[in-house]
Amino acid sequence: MGNGDLRYTDTHEWLNIEDGEVTIGLTEYAQGELGDIVFIELPEVGRAVETGDVLTTVESVKSVSEIYAPVAGEITGANEALDADPGLINTDAEGEGWILKMMLAPDADLSAFMTAEDYKAHTKG
Amino acid sequence: MIATIVAERRTALYEQHVAAGARMVDFFGWAMPIYYRGIVAEHDRVRATAGIFDVSHMGQLVLRGADALAAVERVTTNRVASLREGRVQYSIMCYEHGGIVDDALVYNLGDRYMLVVNASNCDKDLEWIRSNISGDVTLEDHSDHTQLVAIQGPAAEAVLGRIVDVDLSSVAYAQSLQLDVLGKRTLVSRTGYTGEDGFEIYGANDHAGPVWDALLEEGAAWEVEPIGLGARDTLRLEMGYHLYGQDIDETRTPVEAGLSWVVKTDKGGFIGRDAILERKKKGARERLTGFELEGRGIPRQGHRILVDGEDAGVVTSGTYSPSLGRGIGLGYVKTESVKAGGGKIGVGAELAIEIRGRAIPAKTVRPPFYREGTVRSRKA
Repeated sequence: MGNGDLRYTDTHEWLNIEDGEVTIGLTEYAQGELGDIVFIELPEVGRAVETGDVLTTVESVKSVSEIYAPVAGEITGANEALDADPGLINTDAEGEGWILKMMLAPDADLSAFMTAEDYKAHTKG
Repeated sequence: MIATIVAERRTALYEQHVAAGARMVDFFGWAMPIYYRGIVAEHDRVRATAGIFDVSHMGQLVLRGADALAAVERVTTNRVASLREGRVQYSIMCYEHGGIVDDALVYNLGDRYMLVVNASNCDKDLEWIRSNISGDVTLEDHSDHTQLVAIQGPAAEAVLGRIVDVDLSSVAYAQSLQLDVLGKRTLVSRTGYTGEDGFEIYGANDHAGPVWDALLEEGAAWEVEPIGLGARDTLRLEMGYHLYGQDIDETRTPVEAGLSWVVKTDKGGFIGRDAILERKKKGARERLTGFELEGRGIPRQGHRILVDGEDAGVVTSGTYSPSLGRGIGLGYVKTESVKAGGGKIGVGAELAIEIRGRAIPAKTVRPPFYREGTVRSRKA
């Protein structure tokens, strides 16, 4: 997903940060844990969110998983392709299966996120 | 997220599951596979050809003695006297107050009766039955040395036929018999929980592994694969089959649960009869009802059911139906609410399911939701 700065949260979102806009999705690890994803409520474009707000809900056959706003900002885009094919999150979690885009608030704090390496270590524990 | 927990109890097939890459979960103390390849793929496999299930966690309680028939008649609600030798019937056990202890398959094995009960209830059932039977009857728990492998799907007969000594086409639905399976006498019945034709094989602990492996090998042409508890749940829910602890429990009687068809109130004294008769006379204030979502979303256990925007009940089982591609579920709905809304329970009444604050339109459906299943008959 792009050439930005890729980061991970401990709630299993990935963030690709590029020029003040961040693309957010569910990590490859998380999709594997959830299993077949069969439904996603696309987030509402234009909504302003605070860190920790529920952005959307991803449902597999057996479980429901929430996607939290890792940072404050405004939702600027949602992956419409997931409407018809939520399974894209399973087949390409960190690419075609991206979920939404946000414009970062000016004071958004990006310091707490993990690098790919840290996240890998985190999910092994 | 699904947490992986190492449960205390393992079936004889534990190593097979791990080797097959199963995602294991703690299911009432048992380490059980929730899925191997994926719930939807496994579900589709059973509908298309066949899959095999390890359901060894289930309990087998055996009653013997001159008074065994009377004892089973007393603790279960269906008519045991009309259950011929070799036949299997679906039944329930009820408390004095009419609430449900458990549901069970009752086998008449000639010299004994066997009750196959839910893993989560086995110890409770054993104690409850023991305290309610008398006379010349013994009660034994065979669960620890009985493994249960199910093969379910339209190709089940063809696959199992390759490792047994008889022509399975002559075996009727809900019939059990002793067969040579891989050369060993084994109890097999034509039963299941998926809506497809299939068999359940009650093997000794050291026999389950070879049977499991042989079914996979002989079933290769049909792409037979192991199926986890996840698909077992979506398959059973597409048929509207009840799951104890969700759709039925001690707080509701069979009248609310839509299980009056297995309660033979005219058979005489059985536990719970008076309370059930009373409830029938008064009429149920709520009914277990099937519903299909008309809007997008997936109903889950605990979601509220609405009629005209008013609280009218609760979802007890809900899932995405892989066969239908939409949300389906079972839930208790107040009969008054549905009538007031101008609808009739069970046939197209308009409801809504409240999912994360939104009312998603739904309509009632009389199960099965999935109507193409190959099971010969639902009732024994």
